[in-house]
Amino acid sequence: MNSWNRFVETFFNAKVMAKYLPDILYGTVVTIELAVLVVLAGLAAGLVLALVRSLAIRPLNWLIIFVVDLFRSLPPLVIIVLLYFGLPSAGWSPSSFVSTWLSLALVLMAFAEEIFWAGITSVAKGQWEAARSTGLSFGQTLIYVVLPQALRLTIAPLTNRTIAITKGTALGTVVALHEILGMASSAVSNSYNPSPLMMGAAAYIVLFLPVVVAARWIETRFAWKR
Amino acid sequence: MEEIVQSFFNAEIAEAAMPIVLAGLLNTILLSLLVVPLGFLGGLILAVLAQVRNPAVRWPLMAWVDFFRAFPPLVLLVLLFAGLPFAGVELGGFACVAIAFFLNTGAYYGEILRAGIESIPHGQVEAARSTGLSGLQTMTYIVLPQAVRNVLPDLLSNTLEVVKLTSLGSVVAVPELLFQARQAQSVTFNATPIVMAAVIYFLILWPVVRLLSRLENRAAAGRG
Amino acid sequence: MAYPIVAAHGIHKHFGQLHVLKGVDLEVEERELVFVIGPSGSGKSTLLRCLNRLEEPSSGSITVAGIDMLSPRTDINHARQHIGMVFQSFNLYPHMTALGNVMLALRKVAGKSRSEAEDIAQAALERVGLADRAHHRPAELSGGQQQRVAIARAIALEPRVMLFDEPTSALDPELVGSVLAVMRSLRESGMTMIVVSHEMGFARAAADRVVFMDHGLIVEQGPPAQIFETPAHERTRAFIGQIRQH
Repeated sequence: MNSWNRFVETFFNAKVMAKYLPDILYGTVVTIELAVLVVLAGLAAGLVLALVRSLAIRPLNWLIIFVVDLFRSLPPLVIIVLLYFGLPSAGWSPSSFVSTWLSLALVLMAFAEEIFWAGITSVAKGQWEAARSTGLSFGQTLIYVVLPQALRLTIAPLTNRTIAITKGTALGTVVALHEILGMASSAVSNSYNPSPLMMGAAAYIVLFLPVVVAARWIETRFAWKR
Repeated sequence: MEEIVQSFFNAEIAEAAMPIVLAGLLNTILLSLLVVPLGFLGGLILAVLAQVRNPAVRWPLMAWVDFFRAFPPLVLLVLLFAGLPFAGVELGGFACVAIAFFLNTGAYYGEILRAGIESIPHGQVEAARSTGLSGLQTMTYIVLPQAVRNVLPDLLSNTLEVVKLTSLGSVVAVPELLFQARQAQSVTFNATPIVMAAVIYFLILWPVVRLLSRLENRAAAGRG
Repeated sequence: MAYPIVAAHGIHKHFGQLHVLKGVDLEVEERELVFVIGPSGSGKSTLLRCLNRLEEPSSGSITVAGIDMLSPRTDINHARQHIGMVFQSFNLYPHMTALGNVMLALRKVAGKSRSEAEDIAQAALERVGLADRAHHRPAELSGGQQQRVAIARAIALEPRVMLFDEPTSALDPELVGSVLAVMRSLRESGMTMIVVSHEMGFARAAADRVVFMDHGLIVEQGPPAQIFETPAHERTRAFIGQIRQH
């Protein structure tokens, strides 16, 4: 057996792969569920914070800025570990899924708030004045005039950031979440063969590569007009 | 309330764990000092190569970058740490982190630097070449210094992410801040060491986040 | 005597340390066209923006079409329908077509149905000569066309008063004429207008009254011929002389 065959036999072992395919697929479903929930909650919460911030209520804004700074400063893995291993002593034991989801959603919320806020402040003051001069209220101006322009500006940075944070679903494996990496790792130690890890890697590529390619397209399509 | 303080802000445990956690901090700093320049170097190579017009270079390069943007860094790290030994290559956790960061963060730095290089008007290159500078000299002395300045906020933001990402080292037993904190936590059965690690991360990185937020808002306002 | 449709009394405005308006009184009658001139920093734009409360006056009283603009009980958004405003920098909404720009407040403030709003908006664009540009985005229009869409956006709400804040200063010289023509036809239809502008030719031809402001105060006012030919005040004379040289 030459070395190439041995390599294939080791890293792409058909028998092992067939055996652990269902595990990897299960992990893929968990990863997708987690990713979708993180994106929905993170972006929604980030947008709400940015909107609240535009009301310019001083103490509230300080609080928002602090929360945003906090979750931009802390490594996501530290937050996951803190929630999962720490919170039980405070009387709440979130599952590994909830810990990972909450941590990543909070991190995405923080980054999304910054990006939405930058978008809102980048809309020229004249737009506010023109809209208000025709009698639109603050809220109407925000919804119909400012946000549509702001969102267009935020779409490229937001997509990139969302992808980077959503990839963090793999961190759940540290708190024994049965997502792709977790399933693949335990399959490796059960089978003494790295093939499940290769399948896991392939699963991530299948999930995220199209998103990255789409993001590249979005970036050129919605590029800042200077 | 008392219970919360006991579990998260326990002074006795904090005192005992302090040397362990601080040793972790030192390693996090050393690790960052290694992986930031490494990733930056990787990015620089990619960005300069991306200036080659030949599609035989451009397309594989783009595929490379997109691959690592799509691939979770932790998966890459585990693949190196748990997968390579099956091929007879046994690298320590530290080396695995270094390689993974070179590949992963290199792709990100590469995209940023490429955008920076492409923001420099072609007239700059023409002027430099007209004075007899070589292509590489033009890149080194004329284009890159301006390019880096143009994308400084993005570079800083990515560097912040890289430093945060060093916490992944804990998964492959690199004794950085999070790893040390978890060790202390598992011995004491108390969350205080992890809170300490979080507070340390926050104290060190908060000024960077503040600075970035100012830079980003200024950039956004300038575009309005 | 006709009842003034705009009555502003004792208007003061501070920006921090800066005292921009130092007690301005201005009354404008229905169908009157008042031209406000003065050096930059004289407070003329600020005065205009106080009238619809885009700027909050520090003190004073303002009544427009019988509405007390500064009363906390006044629904300011409702009141602003009656006061159209046109800006130096157009401020069209870039993400909407010309028609969309005009329709937005008709739908959301005046509460018109979609088809009703569309009819009114189309008619307003017709009045400014841009019916054929209804489905163009601002970026696809010239500066003069953009400003005319902005005028259509304001007049579609059938305001009782129109405020013009340097409507032609951002335009290339060859595009100024089309905007002035629209303003002239508005004037002929009997619209009450307060115009801050340096277009002295237009002022001379169309204005009923010219108001000269300097250092946050009205220095003098009167018919255009009087202000331009025989100004009573030295500062007015100096300013008119300067403008003439250009």
